[in-house]
Amino acid sequence: MAEIIRGGRAEADRFSVWRPPAGVEGQIPPPGPVLVPLAHWLAGAETLQGRRDTGVWLAPDDDPLALAPWIDGLAVVAVDFPKFTDGRGYSSAYLLRNRLGYRGELRAIGDVLPDQLAYLKRVGFDAFALRPDKKPAQALAAMGAFSEAYQGSTDQPLPVFRRGERPGPAEWKR
Amino acid sequence: MYRYDTIDRTLVNERVAQYRDQLARHLAGDLSEDEFRPLRLQNGLYIQKHAPMLRVAIPYGMLSSVQLRRLADIARRYDRGYGHFTTRQNIQYNWPRLEDSAHMLAELAEVEMHAIQTSGNCVRNISSDEYAGIAPDEIVDPRPLCEILRQWSTFHPEFAYLPRKFKIAVNGAHEDRAATAFHDIGLTLRRDDSGALVVDVLVGGGMGRTPMIGTVIRHGLPWAHTLAYVEAILRVYNRHGRRDNIYKARIKILLKALGAQEFTRQVEAEFAHLENGPGTLTAEEYRRVAAFFSAPAYESLADHDAAHERELARSQPFARWVGRSVRPHRVPGYRAVVISLKKTGVPPGDATAEQMERVAQWAEHFGFGEIRVSHEQNLILSDVRVRDLHTLWSEARAAGLATANHGLLTDIIACPGGDFCSLANAKSIPIAEAIQRRFDDLDYLHDIGELNINISGCMNSCGHHHVGHIGILGVDKDGEEWYQVSLGGADGSSLSAGRAALGKVIGPSFRAGHMPEVVARLIETYLQARLAEEPFIETVHRLGIAPFKARVYGAPLGEDGHAEETLAHG
Repeated sequence: MAEIIRGGRAEADRFSVWRPPAGVEGQIPPPGPVLVPLAHWLAGAETLQGRRDTGVWLAPDDDPLALAPWIDGLAVVAVDFPKFTDGRGYSSAYLLRNRLGYRGELRAIGDVLPDQLAYLKRVGFDAFALRPDKKPAQALAAMGAFSEAYQGSTDQPLPVFRRGERPGPAEWKR
Repeated sequence: MYRYDTIDRTLVNERVAQYRDQLARHLAGDLSEDEFRPLRLQNGLYIQKHAPMLRVAIPYGMLSSVQLRRLADIARRYDRGYGHFTTRQNIQYNWPRLEDSAHMLAELAEVEMHAIQTSGNCVRNISSDEYAGIAPDEIVDPRPLCEILRQWSTFHPEFAYLPRKFKIAVNGAHEDRAATAFHDIGLTLRRDDSGALVVDVLVGGGMGRTPMIGTVIRHGLPWAHTLAYVEAILRVYNRHGRRDNIYKARIKILLKALGAQEFTRQVEAEFAHLENGPGTLTAEEYRRVAAFFSAPAYESLADHDAAHERELARSQPFARWVGRSVRPHRVPGYRAVVISLKKTGVPPGDATAEQMERVAQWAEHFGFGEIRVSHEQNLILSDVRVRDLHTLWSEARAAGLATANHGLLTDIIACPGGDFCSLANAKSIPIAEAIQRRFDDLDYLHDIGELNINISGCMNSCGHHHVGHIGILGVDKDGEEWYQVSLGGADGSSLSAGRAALGKVIGPSFRAGHMPEVVARLIETYLQARLAEEPFIETVHRLGIAPFKARVYGAPLGEDGHAEETLAHG
């Protein structure tokens, strides 16, 4: 069973990600806890909703707002990063958390690497399916790279200027 | 100057530690080149032709003397004793070792500098008016908002992997010295009828392969909404900008594809969710940041200085330098002084460590320890007393830094080009030098008057050739370096008669050795056709390119063997 990073540690992951070949109609996801593509969810939400442990994963060009009708009932939503340099998923996460008010598990899947975890966490991801060749310990360390943030995002909606008085400049170090 | 507090310092130090670890993992083979590339780029590190290149941010062009000394020190210890100031108010080191890059960043952090987001597909260094705070035509000092935007964009978690790079410029003066029309976002600050600070928001300008003048999508945005509005623009771009083709990935292409109206509708719809949210700026924050840019302790002086006038009358070289390099200042008795980095034989924008130290010393001695970097790749001393100008000139002349060519033909903007850059199709620096040598006669140069020549070694347009009155673009023709010439580009500054325009290509490209002659023919055409006091750009706009084209292509350009040889050893 694959591992997922969640709550500050790596643990066994029950969910599988179902990636059906494109263009084939009427496919049924495998049994057990599974994440299905948004298009499948939208096409068969009634039947899929009846199944326990079914979540949705979004491709970079999927519109996260399409999940609005089901957002309160979903236990897991995943955002896929086919390439870690494709940053659309960061905005998808922001919109799920802030526009739809999604409070369930939001996981990053795909090309998820330790050095991106700090930003992924800030925009609202709370579970990370690391690419299998990467070490969870490294990812957990990288997640805490910054102890402060200037701007608001999901994990800290207030920008630094709304979080109390700034301490003022320190001595110039020559 | 903005000064770091513990929050700024912590963030920059944590960034250095993060990068140090990433570099170590890369060098140990744990982080592949593909995985390391975006990380090093967002720390300013390119891998170039001969060596890595480190691009250090000089936020909105402001430097203290302490910082400039450190830049000199870094040039000496980690590079070959010089640095290159760029058109986006950064400095580049061309010869560092990859292994040293984390040390260099740590040394920068000690003087409150960094190389964060100076490269990569993220929000880059915020650029602005090099005369901010001292220009007589200023309506609003842009620096507080620049610093607020710098902080907002630094490590923005959502916008670090955009489709492409993203450049923001801010202007607060009547004259646009920040080329706002050619940025992904150009913000123009002004006062509305009630005196309130508002922002005109322009989107989708840029140079590169598809040059475009941006479109104002929001007039008179109340200043407190600046961050939210910029966030809305970036979210629309991050989600919908093209990622399938690097040449179509800038926001200008998205704006064009959607049409300005639909693009604006999407931005406004996103902004509606953010308006009056936590990202709304507060008056307290504005005041806090603005306090860093309050005026230094100016003396109360007469604007006229008798001794200075005597020196002007006595010395033609001094008068010439004053005419070109000394710019107006809003405080009587003070001037801004341009230190030209365009001496013939020196790559445009290059300064040695010794020169940087001299400039730092002058900034302390003749001013308040402050230096600006201009997008024309020169340095500016911001607060020099009129009575000190002659002493400064004497010292600058001794240091080889009193070239009286600011705004003239030889004040060439050029990218590092094929000598350094792995993207370049052709060299830029030797072309600049060959043109400078051809126009070495100061009398002739002053007679020609104000003129921009901008040279880029490739379509990425780092040398801003699209907005050069004469623009020169290096192109590759079957493995040989050729140069395409355009006329009539204008960046929107007064030197460009206040308008923004893209240059028009005059025809087939030229060999390197022909370029001085091509420029000479353009100039001869202008000198014959100009009306009294009419600058080059106005003549081009009045006549169009036809007469210039006829002259340049009218007679054979002749053998270029000699010129080629000069270039090869330039």
